[in-house]
Amino acid sequence: MTTPKLEIGGVWKAFGDKEVLRDVDLVVDHHEVVCMIGSSGSGKSTLLKCVNLLVPIDDGTILLDGADITAAGVNQNQVREAMGIVFQSFNLFPHMNVLDNITLSPRKVHGVARAEAEEKAKGLLERFGLSEKVVEYPDRLSGGEQQRVAVIRALATEPDLMLFDEVTSALDPELVAEVLDVIRGLKDMGMTMVIATHEMGFARDVADQVCFLDQGRILEHGPPKQIFSTPQEPRTQQFLQRIIDAGRL
Amino acid sequence: MNDRSSLDEFAGGPGLLGPPHAPRGREEGTRAALIAFGSTVIFIVVALWAILSSDAWPAVQKQFFNWDHFVAVFPEVLGGFWLDIKMFLFAEVVILVFSLMIAMIRSLRGPAFFPLRALAIIFIDLIRGIPVILLILLLGFGVPALQLPGVPKSALFWGLTALIISYSAYTAEVYRAGIESVHESQRMSARSLGLTQGQALRYVIVPQAIRNVIPALLNGFVSLQKDVALVLILGIREAVREADIYAASTFNYTGYIAAALLFLLVSVPVARFTDWYTERDRRKKQSVST
Repeated sequence: MTTPKLEIGGVWKAFGDKEVLRDVDLVVDHHEVVCMIGSSGSGKSTLLKCVNLLVPIDDGTILLDGADITAAGVNQNQVREAMGIVFQSFNLFPHMNVLDNITLSPRKVHGVARAEAEEKAKGLLERFGLSEKVVEYPDRLSGGEQQRVAVIRALATEPDLMLFDEVTSALDPELVAEVLDVIRGLKDMGMTMVIATHEMGFARDVADQVCFLDQGRILEHGPPKQIFSTPQEPRTQQFLQRIIDAGRL
Repeated sequence: MNDRSSLDEFAGGPGLLGPPHAPRGREEGTRAALIAFGSTVIFIVVALWAILSSDAWPAVQKQFFNWDHFVAVFPEVLGGFWLDIKMFLFAEVVILVFSLMIAMIRSLRGPAFFPLRALAIIFIDLIRGIPVILLILLLGFGVPALQLPGVPKSALFWGLTALIISYSAYTAEVYRAGIESVHESQRMSARSLGLTQGQALRYVIVPQAIRNVIPALLNGFVSLQKDVALVLILGIREAVREADIYAASTFNYTGYIAAALLFLLVSVPVARFTDWYTERDRRKKQSVST
């Protein structure tokens, strides 16, 4: 058996008195797409930030390619270089144009020459239909375009694990599809991804494995068909029923 | 609207003054300008009259506003003022760089950086707790008196050092406010791209922070441009000191007025520029948020 890409074991995290992750286990294989669903505050975002080491965990282990990345003495910057994360609020750097946003990390962290980094960035922009926006500043782009640039920025360092933190939640409804299409494209390329999302239809289409989080626990996980058609846990049924009632599935 | 229709009647019926809405803004603008101008003139006349009609005015005029003395003292004061300008420019450049370094050190996170952070905080607290003039006296007279080998003994050097240290402590806090005004998500996304803390500060946080605090920094410029005169206490012959020397030998204070005029000549344009820039910045931000 090969080592999984990502292996989360018994992770606990509390902010003050509030426990946001309680004994979370999750295994993500190479080239697998895992979607995390659940109401706001269930711990999806925190779990992604823990994997990216932006939030330190209280207990448990997170193994990336079999190596414990939460152990003392691990170079956090090196760990982050190996994965990309995209946030709900885009977080592009407003004082840099699209090209500089994308090439900052390759040039400064990975020491790629400017010409080479820019050429690669332009290639990525072209592939995702943004080649006309190369020298634009973020505030001149639509939300969907900003988020696509944010995805490209995370891809520019050639990570082999991508984390998506509710990347369409801040977008106008008509802009959601263009961002989801980008993620579908990444799946076709074989990217390993962990996606926190409220887009149930998308999760059903794209996921190999769906996890339902509730109050910091993974209550239920399995193939999308099983989770969406025959959920076992009452909490999962309740959650999905509410989504269906709201006409979102 | 009432006076509008009576105006129209007066002008021979509606329409002659133009369409009822479009020019109204311009009309009111002109009216406002006239009122502002009128009230300013009245204020100046009243103030001047109050001063000039005072019994002591002839004596004050002789003492402070004597043209012959002005002509006599002006070259000395101007020469001193040139030194003020040079001190200001040199100190400002050093302050801008030095205080940014302190602010960046103060903004580093993680337990490993605790000693550096603590040093920055102690420096800022100590220096801000001492009056500038006292710092100038302590360094300007104290350090040369130690007669340490290899340490400069010039009063000018230590006077400027005191100013630089003092202003750096304040300016570091201005920078820090700017750094903290940049949203946490920017730091997070920079770190998620693999940038170190230092790189995140340098390439992502600080450029945005500086933009946010330029008005406050310009404010500091105006302040320092005048405070360089404080080194006169060490006997350095800058503008005010020259006026002082002249006053000591002639008992005439016109030199102070000459120095004041020179300081105003520089500080008023900088202050106007600061206002203009702040206003432009505010408009730009508003247009982005709408």
